[in-house]
Amino acid sequence: MSADMTPEDTGPLLDVRDLEVVLPGPDGPVRILDRVSFTVGAGRTTGLIGESGSGKSMTAMAIIGLLPRDAQTRGELRWRSEDLLTATPRRRRRVRGREIAMIFQDPLASLNPGQTIGRQITEIPRRDGMPRRELGSTAVDLLERVEIPDPARRANNYPHQFSGGMRQRAMTALALAGKPQLILADEPTTALDVTVQARILALLRRLRDEEGTAMLLVSHDLRVMAHVADDLVVMYAGQVCERGPAPDVLRRPFHPYTNALVKSVPAVHAKSAIADPLPGSPANPAERPSGCAFHPRCPLTRIMAQGVSSANAIGTPPIHERCRTEQPEVREISPGRWSACHFSSEEAVR
Amino acid sequence: MIQSIARRLALGGFVMWGCVTLIFVIIRLAPGDQATIALGPDATAEEIEAARVRLGVEDPLFLQYLSYLGRVLTLDFGQSYRLGTPAMDAVLDRFPATFQLAIAAMTIAVVVGITLGTIAGGRPDGVVDRVVSSLTISLQSFPTFWVGIMLILIFALHLRILPSAGSGTFSHLILPAVTLAFPQTAIVARLTRSSLSESMQEAYVQTARSKGLTEPQVLIGHVLRNSMIPVVTIVGLQTGALLGGAVVVENVFAWPGLGSLIVSSVSARDYAVVQAAALLIAAVVVTLNMVADLTYSRLDPRIRIGGRA
Repeated sequence: MSADMTPEDTGPLLDVRDLEVVLPGPDGPVRILDRVSFTVGAGRTTGLIGESGSGKSMTAMAIIGLLPRDAQTRGELRWRSEDLLTATPRRRRRVRGREIAMIFQDPLASLNPGQTIGRQITEIPRRDGMPRRELGSTAVDLLERVEIPDPARRANNYPHQFSGGMRQRAMTALALAGKPQLILADEPTTALDVTVQARILALLRRLRDEEGTAMLLVSHDLRVMAHVADDLVVMYAGQVCERGPAPDVLRRPFHPYTNALVKSVPAVHAKSAIADPLPGSPANPAERPSGCAFHPRCPLTRIMAQGVSSANAIGTPPIHERCRTEQPEVREISPGRWSACHFSSEEAVR
Repeated sequence: MIQSIARRLALGGFVMWGCVTLIFVIIRLAPGDQATIALGPDATAEEIEAARVRLGVEDPLFLQYLSYLGRVLTLDFGQSYRLGTPAMDAVLDRFPATFQLAIAAMTIAVVVGITLGTIAGGRPDGVVDRVVSSLTISLQSFPTFWVGIMLILIFALHLRILPSAGSGTFSHLILPAVTLAFPQTAIVARLTRSSLSESMQEAYVQTARSKGLTEPQVLIGHVLRNSMIPVVTIVGLQTGALLGGAVVVENVFAWPGLGSLIVSSVSARDYAVVQAAALLIAAVVVTLNMVADLTYSRLDPRIRIGGRA
């Protein structure tokens, strides 16, 4: 199990190294992503989690190369053995859809209202010169794989004739059409009813198991991650704060932010469970706090600070000096487990 | 479907009735009358009075209106006192030339305007967009008579490849159609550009890009068709406007169209001809709008004719 975990053994499909994205803002350039690093192994599902504004969707857009025109990128996007950031526009376009595909958040808005579902999902093979007769059966086959009933008839429907769940299935079929090795799924279940969510997640899991397609799943929903993700990358204010195998990270978070996220999810099965919401609001990358970006909301830094100086004024919770001034590096705390907290190794996380 | 077409037809009839009523009232509010103008400045008051009775303009306006409406319902559009022919015949005589000119001008405007608008809207605020924007502003700002005269100077007098005036052959059509197309091209281009750049913000554009399409493929394959509804609307309206409003171009090129007939009929207070022309133009505009409405549902499958909301 841990053998295919280490990237060196199999070589990751996608290796994101120190990815930086800078966008022009009203008050000067904003570093939306700050030295983001993680890997996606072949056939594995990596979950990218964080609150809104944490940069998780921006990371996905950077990988598929659909950032706003005025965005500046630095770092490396190693796709198998080539760096996508330095690839030619033509090569990047060829990767899009055919090697890396994307499932977008809002399936109604993301499907063209003026084209039939069948036409939209078979556009890549059509552009690649597949004859018309085969396109029809390809559409039916794709819709069948995402479990849309009566696919022959449904292929001729327009998006507005589909239900929300079916639109997301169609979107998934569209992503599968180019036979990609990696699918980026940006909040694929957020716009859906809870019951439909579960079925879409089951579908994504089945596709990973049966077709071996790797997936980068972007979500703010920890329960979605617990269902589907093999590995987890936790982001805060455009930075990675923790990554590792999903079950381990969820069971025993090393970073206080991950810990707070896990605690904020109410356990549905336990009657007495009360969710412990995270205080404060997410940091804005335009006004990223000094030192550790999470320190203004961090419960751990307060505990650590108390240990250092016992005398503290009531009302102003103390912040540990290191958290306020020194930006933590993402360090390997235990094999396969990375965290960007000065005190991850300390017992106090628990 | 049939029910909704019937509803549209009824509405169209209502619009035409409104047009005729407006024209009927407005033209009679203008100073001067048929008798005074027809008999000239030398006529005596008695002669004018007698002519007024003969022409039926002495009756109360309301009675004139009712009897006119009654005659229209039996397809009797009255006589032109000036030309001595049935008013509708005079109008129909001029209509084909005008219709031909309007269609030719609109065809040029649609082809050139949509092309320019697409090139500009594909990348809003880019260099091409700025060039196209200044071009369309110039196209719209040149006065029509000046454009017409310049085209005659260049192509008829200087290059001697096209006739300067008259009608009948295809080459006669080119200069007046191009002149008329100038401002229309600008309108279509600007509307296409703004509608397109708005559609470029839609989420499905990113989906199209995520399939590895080039920007032209995204534009033509996905965005253009979804941006065409406002353009179709304006093309329908502008074609209607050209039918009666091409007076200047008709004058510059001696084009025997409806516009010049309407203008001369208005100054002669030839009520029957003006009313017949208004009625015909209203009918064509109503028809064009119906065609535009039917086109919407072809462009956007969410719009169903007579469908549930």
